[in-house]
Amino acid sequence: MNAVEVRNLSKSFEDVKAVDKISFVVKKGEMFGFLGPNGAGKTTTINMLTGLARPDQGSIRVHGKDYLKNLKTIKQSIGVVPDESNLYPELSGLENLCFCAALYGMKKAERTAKAWELLEQFGLKEAAFRKFGAYSKGMKRKLTIAAGIIHDPEILFLDEPTTGIDVASARQIRMLIARLHETGKTVFLTTHYIEEAERLCERIAFIVSGRIVRIDTMENLLQPMQEEHLAEIICTRGEKQAVDLLGKEFKDLVFNNTGRNAGRSFSRDKEAGEEHVRVKSGEPIPVGRLVRFLEENGIQVIEARLLRSSLEDVFVRITGIEAKELLKVTETKRHGKKKKAGGGT
Amino acid sequence: MSQWTAFFNILAKDVHAYYLKPPNISWGLLFPLAWTGMFFIKSGQGLEDVLGLLPGVVALSILFGTTSMLAVTVTFEKKNRSFERLLLSPISLELLMLAKTGGAIIFGLANAFVPVIMASFLTDLSSIAWGSFFMAVLLIAIASAFLGLFIAVAVSEVFEAQTFSNFFRFPMVFLCGLFFPIAKLPVFLRPLSYALPLTYGVDVLHGSVQSTNIMPMYLDLVVLAGFCILLFAGSLHNIKRKWIM
Ligand SMILES: Nc1ncnc2c1ncn2[C@@H]1O[C@H](COP(=O)(O)OP(=O)(O)O)[C@@H](O)[C@H]1O
Ligand SMILES: [Mg+2]
Repeated sequence: MNAVEVRNLSKSFEDVKAVDKISFVVKKGEMFGFLGPNGAGKTTTINMLTGLARPDQGSIRVHGKDYLKNLKTIKQSIGVVPDESNLYPELSGLENLCFCAALYGMKKAERTAKAWELLEQFGLKEAAFRKFGAYSKGMKRKLTIAAGIIHDPEILFLDEPTTGIDVASARQIRMLIARLHETGKTVFLTTHYIEEAERLCERIAFIVSGRIVRIDTMENLLQPMQEEHLAEIICTRGEKQAVDLLGKEFKDLVFNNTGRNAGRSFSRDKEAGEEHVRVKSGEPIPVGRLVRFLEENGIQVIEARLLRSSLEDVFVRITGIEAKELLKVTETKRHGKKKKAGGGT
Repeated sequence: MSQWTAFFNILAKDVHAYYLKPPNISWGLLFPLAWTGMFFIKSGQGLEDVLGLLPGVVALSILFGTTSMLAVTVTFEKKNRSFERLLLSPISLELLMLAKTGGAIIFGLANAFVPVIMASFLTDLSSIAWGSFFMAVLLIAIASAFLGLFIAVAVSEVFEAQTFSNFFRFPMVFLCGLFFPIAKLPVFLRPLSYALPLTYGVDVLHGSVQSTNIMPMYLDLVVLAGFCILLFAGSLHNIKRKWIM
């Protein structure tokens, strides 16, 4: 049986088509990823799946049952972790968890035991009696996840669980999610981090402007990239372009200049006096020989490395959206939002 | 039933997080005390008129104690998104909103008895018909809480909720026969009086204290209950329409 079945789901806000006739299934016990840029319609989809928004059209079935007719039973069996923490700032971590458990009808002894168990599991035991409002962002997100699973739901909806928090907490959270999935829970995860989707999800839907442009297993998505070998060489700019020299010497390889750092490290932008060369081939690339050749021709190599084909390449190929753009858009949008809200936190 | 666990915990959480906070307790006590003191002293008619003023002061204490609280328990929680968590949980919207207003109703009841206790030191209260008095206090508290809820759901900012509730509350002080009989109001204002729930509650209070009611008390109570149902149904309708988009 499928955990979630969605058919032709649509939702508009005034003139914006937030979600446009999407259909997909989430299999039981699966980790399903919804990957797309900011404003793609990820949150709107989650809201419709969890009863916070009414679809304009389309049908939703959860565990084979019609969604609207069985709302109360279905609500009991799903857990939701929203993109922003929605717990009570004036209550302590422990109180928040116990309160959430009570919303699902758990008895007092059961609530307290489960709350402590989760605080322990999420590394928040020391902060149990501290007010939620005084938690760091990472702690807040962790407690929000704990609150979302305290009633032991069968399906867990996670809306951008690692957005806007520090790297260490994000790693911890990814590990916690992976562990939850191992215990057999169905997980529906939205994200705009390609790497996160690649690392965690078994199947992925690419969503852009309210539409699903591709939906497949990670294996199938990466399949066409398996035969392709990639490398990147960063060198000093000489009198002659490295890319031309290499092209003349190694005729069976394809060389390109890249405008940005290829691969998935966005840490380093191209600096003046540098040339970035991307190498493509159907065979393994002899990077050592390329480096030696360049240095013999008076071009100093700063960095040379093999690249693994990744989901990013697939994503860029299918959606035409560069991963770097994806992140950029998101960050500026978030800043804009914060300013508008008057820096409430 | 598991829904009742949720109900009582939502209610308890609000009482614990909002109503039992020192500013609220002191407000809840001081406000009725101040009104009572002011009216009892200013009336200049001596202590024998305590009974004449009691219904108005009780009604005022309830009205001001309950309506503004919903701006916090509903509008504020909607704004900081914790209300979403309640909407996600497997509890019916009706029961959820009863839980959210329950705290305000209890708070209103507690406020109502501050002037009663004060009056008991000043005069003899043995002539009051306590049965109908308590019914009126309860229904005024429910109607005021639901009026507060209606306002809290209609707006999106806490300050709007407060402004709006004053827009309703202050005219009600003058129009509902709290301190001057409705018969003394200009003719064109009288229909307005009968469109406000508090008028009927205050009439029962007057009837219970000094038998000075202008309508049959059972009719007052029925109309007041009707107001409660209308305000509650209207609030639920607005939540479904505006918040579950
Ligand atoms: N309540 C709303 N009112 C108006 N427009 C909205 C509302 N919620 C979302 N939208 C619009 O719908 C689109 C999808 O938004 P959302 O689902 O939040 O995207 P994502 O979660 O993928 O970033 C965006 O264009 C957004 O501006
Ligand atoms: Mg979103």
